[in-house]
Amino acid sequence: MEMVNRPYAKAFEDYAVQHPEVLCLSADLTSSCEIDGFRDRHPDQFLSLGMAEQNMLSFAGGLGLAGFRPFLHSFGVFLYRRPYDQLMASIAYPRRQVRLMGFLPGITTPGGMTHQAIEDISVMRTIPNMTVLEAGDATEVESIVAAADSVDGPVYCRILRGAVPRLFDTPLEIGKIRVLAEGTDVLVITAGITTEEAIRARAALDRAGVSVRHLHLNTLKPFDAATIIGHAEQVKHGVITLENHLVTGGIGSMVAEALAEAGLSRRLIRLGLQDTYAHGGSRPYLMRYYGMDALSLVRAVERLTGQQTGIDEDALGAVRVEAVHSVVKAEAL
Amino acid sequence: MQNSRTTEDVAHGIRCRVFEHSMRNNGGYLSQACSAAEQLAFLYNEALNLGPSTMPLVPPPFGGVPSAANHDYRTGAGYNGPFDAVHDRLFIAPAHYALVAYACLIEVGRMAPEGLEMFNQDGSSVEMIGAEHSPGMEVHNGTLGIGLSTGAGLAWGRKRRGETGEVCVYMSDGEVQEGQTWEAVQAAAHHGIDNLWALMDVNRQQCDGAMDSVMTVGDIATKFRNFGAVVAEVDAHDLTALRQAKATPHEGQPLIVLAHSSPTKGMEFLMKRFPRLHYVRFKSDEERREMNIAIAAELGIAPVDLGGH
Repeated sequence: MEMVNRPYAKAFEDYAVQHPEVLCLSADLTSSCEIDGFRDRHPDQFLSLGMAEQNMLSFAGGLGLAGFRPFLHSFGVFLYRRPYDQLMASIAYPRRQVRLMGFLPGITTPGGMTHQAIEDISVMRTIPNMTVLEAGDATEVESIVAAADSVDGPVYCRILRGAVPRLFDTPLEIGKIRVLAEGTDVLVITAGITTEEAIRARAALDRAGVSVRHLHLNTLKPFDAATIIGHAEQVKHGVITLENHLVTGGIGSMVAEALAEAGLSRRLIRLGLQDTYAHGGSRPYLMRYYGMDALSLVRAVERLTGQQTGIDEDALGAVRVEAVHSVVKAEAL
Repeated sequence: MQNSRTTEDVAHGIRCRVFEHSMRNNGGYLSQACSAAEQLAFLYNEALNLGPSTMPLVPPPFGGVPSAANHDYRTGAGYNGPFDAVHDRLFIAPAHYALVAYACLIEVGRMAPEGLEMFNQDGSSVEMIGAEHSPGMEVHNGTLGIGLSTGAGLAWGRKRRGETGEVCVYMSDGEVQEGQTWEAVQAAAHHGIDNLWALMDVNRQQCDGAMDSVMTVGDIATKFRNFGAVVAEVDAHDLTALRQAKATPHEGQPLIVLAHSSPTKGMEFLMKRFPRLHYVRFKSDEERREMNIAIAAELGIAPVDLGGH
């Protein structure tokens, strides 16, 4: 698997220098959000707003009012938890073209509760006028910059940073679900880092004779319920969602709502954080601990099909382990 | 655009109009009219460089909230004139001053008197807490503390574009209890946003009563200076002083004008209610009659005919 180092850094710089109305805003997490090089090379297009997110959100609303398209860079949690009211009044309500670049989605950080955006999809998708995107690989990180900036209104993006695998060879297109496998037994729906886990599981499930239909989402709002339903109709046993987020309010909830509204009777298993905060730890550890990894998906498939696959950890592809201390990350967070 | 009337006359008109409205409707933001009349009259009548209103004199009904599908949506900023490079922009951060602001729009000829009859009526854009679509409003400021940040962002953007128009934020002193206000001043000072100025009504009142009894804020002038602003302090009811304050040089820094006001100025009878002045509603018909006669006398007008109300 090809690994790409700091794909966001290059993608943002390539895009922003071509678009002078794009501004790069930072709240003291400049190198952590891979925009330190941009700051150094393009200081006229960079604004430091300090550790003051409430002001940054409303200030960005003012910049939007002046015809600029600010990209706000911070850890995802800091873009909506503390400045939620400012997000509503200054950005979402007036539909400012503000691009919220949220790093460290879900459990992709050992930073623990204060740094883990585990309810951001749930929060952001309920906000009127908001678009919600999530990058699942290096190609999507590279293409999410232009995609987000094409939206006539505010956008929240879950961004991956550091060393990011390349899974796809076509850019992220807003609203276009990626069909990664067209099996007939179970439908598996993933996004972000869980897609890589599902790919690991799929190979073993194929060998065990389970036919998996696998969809990868990069557009969480607007949510393409019709396409999801179309695929759910094609499988025998039911649907499994696997998300780097709480199952409540996130992808699991969105799929449940789609199935219910369509009157389509399919069993649904929702994998992800089950009404719990996470603690700090490595990504593979946390994905195993909270039942969000490839083996958890295999066990869910067994529950859904009533069939034991005999798959154990050894039968799965090796877990990709990132170094906690890496030259492509500013800190171990 | 200069109004043909004196600013003193406009201020008096604001007090009379808010008084009459509050009498008829059994309550209103009377105290805010007392403290803010000269300040809003000063802004609209002489301090701000505003073009003529682009909106109808009688406000259109509520036209829906912003959405991709709502092509009829518009803010109330058109009452302050067109968006162009040379004219100033105004945010009224304490959105509950809307009644006073609407009265001011009428007094300076930007809104018809009938507009005030639509105040807080269902389906009207003349909302009680000034919304983004309400006359004279450009952004939502219903929660306190966000106005100065938005103003700073707009001012930075206008400066970057080479526009000469300034951004003015009308503020209330209660907003200094919000942390965001200090974040905003800090950012405006750090980035040298000197096309931004704020006029703050320092009436030392807030919803729960006198500020010192609710949350002591100390010496806000010193605090603003320490956060990087140029500060001028004046008597809010002294127009000459307001003019001098606005002229304070503040190159490279935002200007904050602290206008120390009386929450009962021009309606001293209201002192009977002190310190519960945030929203004046009459406790009895007798109190209403008594207030009607006493305050009308202070304003030099006839009592409001309450028949039928």
